[in-house]
Amino acid sequence: MHGLARLTDVWVYLAASPLLGLTTTLVAYLVALWIYRRLGYHPLANPVLIAIVIVVSILGITHTPYKTYFEGAQFVHFMLGPATVALAMPLYKQWHNFRRAALPLMLGLAAGSVTAVVSAVGIAYAMGASRDIVISMAPKSATTPIAMAISERFGGLPSLTAVLVICTGILGAVLARYVLNFLRIDSHPVRGFALGVASHGIGTARALQVSAEMGAFAGLGMGLNGVFTAVLVPVLMPLFLRWTGN
Amino acid sequence: MNLTSLAILLVFQCLGEGTAQLLGLPIPGPVIGMLLLLIAFLSSSRLAQMMEPTSWGILQHLSLLFVPAGVGVIAAAGQLKGDLPAIAVALVVSTVLAIGVGALVTNAAMKRFSAARQPDHDEESH
Repeated sequence: MHGLARLTDVWVYLAASPLLGLTTTLVAYLVALWIYRRLGYHPLANPVLIAIVIVVSILGITHTPYKTYFEGAQFVHFMLGPATVALAMPLYKQWHNFRRAALPLMLGLAAGSVTAVVSAVGIAYAMGASRDIVISMAPKSATTPIAMAISERFGGLPSLTAVLVICTGILGAVLARYVLNFLRIDSHPVRGFALGVASHGIGTARALQVSAEMGAFAGLGMGLNGVFTAVLVPVLMPLFLRWTGN
Repeated sequence: MNLTSLAILLVFQCLGEGTAQLLGLPIPGPVIGMLLLLIAFLSSSRLAQMMEPTSWGILQHLSLLFVPAGVGVIAAAGQLKGDLPAIAVALVVSTVLAIGVGALVTNAAMKRFSAARQPDHDEESH
């Protein structure tokens, strides 16, 4: 009886400290990775989505508000900044691929990136989605840390953007094969590049499973589109907001 | 994980944030920091070599870093309900279009420009 009361005390103490949020995040992610591995790296078993479901369930069961959780989880969240800077490494490693075909790749990047941003924003707006949701949609093809920073800057919901980005990655990884076969495009560099531009890291992971060459160009597409989207959205978004009268 | 490399990443993030603030750029600071670091790598392969283990180390666990923000979606879930159809349609159509258009243009441009020699590229870009 005393034991139970003491256990509750311990729980109350732990729940109030940032330690629990941090621990929950790490353990949930490790469990998610284990599940992902067990399911043979199937794109639908995305470890981030599984980890989010686990943490959300735990917060729901224990009635922990998001704010309390984030006090611990913010230490993980903070690393997004340095991780974005570290993306310079894959770009540097792919630089020779880029130089070899800079002009066609830049044209393809511009086409894919503009299509992604304009179609996502246009469709969401036409179907009556609210303003912050439309803004959160705009950077969804960019890699997550960059997309979240853009979303935040224009008054979107960075957390929604994070989930949209992951869903975009999964959709691209699953659907790319059918789209590209339908268009009869069989060059691995082109297939990889288009997938990386549209579906960032998750698309790149998929491309790497097909061939090293496809993966290299996907990684290049992901890196370039992160930069391009960061420039494109700040240009397009004010035009869109003025046009819709916001 | 190398402490010097981690410090360099943070320094470049600071430089990026500072540049964005100073010039009033709407581009996120870490993205500018990434570009500055890329320039640094291109001018010093020794720096790139030194930073390699730590950079890959962080990027290897990149997905973990999205979890806290992703969980935040529950905080916004109430607002989302009515917009779910719009979000779903926009995501699927936009992703398919982006892959298709990106691939078609890259493919056409590769064929168009692959016949030309490297120096011709530079002249055409004027």
